[in-house]
Amino acid sequence: MAQSQTTHGVGGLTFDASKRHRPPELNVFFALILLVAVFEALGWLLMGDSFLFNTRPNATSIFNTARLTIIILQVSIVGIIALGVTQVIILGGIDLSSGSIVGATAMIAMSFAQVSLVNGQPNPKMMLPEGWQDLPMIVPVLVGICCGVFAGLINGFLIAYTRIPPFIATLGMMVTARGVAKWWSKGEPISFPTEGYAAIGKGMTPVFIFIALAILFHLILRYTVYGKHTYAIGSNEAAARMSGIKVDRHKVMVYTIAAVLASIAAIVLSSKNLTAQAGMGTMYELDAIAMTVIGGVSLSGGRGSILGTVLGALIFGVIISGFTFLKLDAYYQEMVKGAIIVGAVVLDQWRQRRAASRT
Amino acid sequence: MSDIQTNISGRDAPHADTTFGEVILRTEGLTKHYGGVHALIDCNFEIRKGEHVAIMGDNGAGKSTFVRQITAVEKRTSGKVWFNGQYVDFDGPLEAREAGIETVFQTLALADHLDVPDNLFLGREKVLFNLGPFSILDYKGMREATLAGLKKTGVKIPNISNTIQNMSGGQRQCVAIARTATFHSKLTIMDEPTAALGVQETAQVENIIRTLKEQGEPLILISHNMRQVMDLCDRIVVWRRGRICANLRKEETDGQDVVAYITGAKTQAEYADAA
Repeated sequence: MAQSQTTHGVGGLTFDASKRHRPPELNVFFALILLVAVFEALGWLLMGDSFLFNTRPNATSIFNTARLTIIILQVSIVGIIALGVTQVIILGGIDLSSGSIVGATAMIAMSFAQVSLVNGQPNPKMMLPEGWQDLPMIVPVLVGICCGVFAGLINGFLIAYTRIPPFIATLGMMVTARGVAKWWSKGEPISFPTEGYAAIGKGMTPVFIFIALAILFHLILRYTVYGKHTYAIGSNEAAARMSGIKVDRHKVMVYTIAAVLASIAAIVLSSKNLTAQAGMGTMYELDAIAMTVIGGVSLSGGRGSILGTVLGALIFGVIISGFTFLKLDAYYQEMVKGAIIVGAVVLDQWRQRRAASRT
Repeated sequence: MSDIQTNISGRDAPHADTTFGEVILRTEGLTKHYGGVHALIDCNFEIRKGEHVAIMGDNGAGKSTFVRQITAVEKRTSGKVWFNGQYVDFDGPLEAREAGIETVFQTLALADHLDVPDNLFLGREKVLFNLGPFSILDYKGMREATLAGLKKTGVKIPNISNTIQNMSGGQRQCVAIARTATFHSKLTIMDEPTAALGVQETAQVENIIRTLKEQGEPLILISHNMRQVMDLCDRIVVWRRGRICANLRKEETDGQDVVAYITGAKTQAEYADAA
């Protein structure tokens, strides 16, 4: 086959543009389509019903919009966390603390979002002294974001300046933040938010927040110096240092942004549930890492994208929804999720070995 | 910041060749300790504009350590550095690069998952709008400057959008060298630029060095290749056990003589403490 664009390079090396690799996001997209097709086939075989399409006689839409809505709604909150985890992993790090930051932030933010009266009676579950209720929605939101900034700065400083491995630093934060969440209300749930705060998690708002943040961070990673330096550090930290990038400062920034995204997820989650509990966000960190890895982000750093993570989140949603549709136990969901994560990492390792053997 | 002529002790570095221009870089008493290891001891070195100086020495002699001190990749333990007539104490490699010292490191310092323009402009990206860390990148500008830089050095890369990990060793080396040519440097340092290259690729790198010579750009070349050093450089400074042990003009020495200095069989009288 004739080479479509061949140029003689150094040492007679040539480049064939037709042999260029597909973007990894395209592979993830194909995997998503394949997964939906499998559930569709299994649906007809086992349940006699369609997974994707609306088969009711009076259907107004060709697709099962209720199922599609649930798929995206149930991954949107963990998806927000995954946007931050994606940046951390591209940087060459890992963040195990995001789930616990969700728990701690939800408790603290909800304390500032409570109403003073419930059904005309004083709120029986008031966390803060009188006068700190019925605050404008912006107050708990800012308090929650400040929690994220604080936790992220600690993570970042520990990793960048004390050179503790990210795994250990964020593991410490994971335990500590969960402790803070339990200590804040002595284990009691915090409820009765103001209408303004409750509106954040109402209906499809979490999905819109997820999509808006995904677009924002996709653009930031793709078109700004911040994004370029994140990829450069994950790709070769020593080279980034020699090139004059302030690597330590950048690491602090990335871990802080990741924690802020976790705190935004906490605000949305507590608002959606109209309550905050100390156990909120448990295991979310692993789900977020799974979405990221399934989305083609390399655990060894330097590669991946927000688009991939969004597709990874959708794959996650389809699996959960598909298993519920097939009426399979939640235990199987966990097992399959675990297998998919391991499979995605094995695939990534294989891709890297293949790339290394080509050069 | 003060003028080089009034601040250093007045003595010229031994055997300095005054047929070249003004002194572009001078070090005095440059020393680097890693804990108990004295990797660089009291190094007095100078290079003039238009001069090509080779640094030779055995492995572990302190050649790369010297480069890391003057490019501020590491903080020196003691000693003074003057660059382009001014005393300097760079805060980091970016400051050294901005001052005009371009370096091709032994490790190449390239990010494997980024393409050629991204690597050339790593740490000093062209931006469309300055918004601090969130400044918008000028991809078009960087791409055009990359093509100009590659043209200047005569480097041919089949596809500059290709990531470094998909390139051969020679191509990677050429990208690292093109990085120095893209920016108007006052001094270029190359740390073993042809160590991992084949014959054709080595010839290409050597041609780039000759181009720099024609353009009157000073160069420090660290190399183990005697033929290359004799062919491309005006002066050879030999390092041994962290100290300079010889400073030789090319026309006054030969390969065997240089090897004698590298192995310690000979030491110039003024560097007797290096023996």
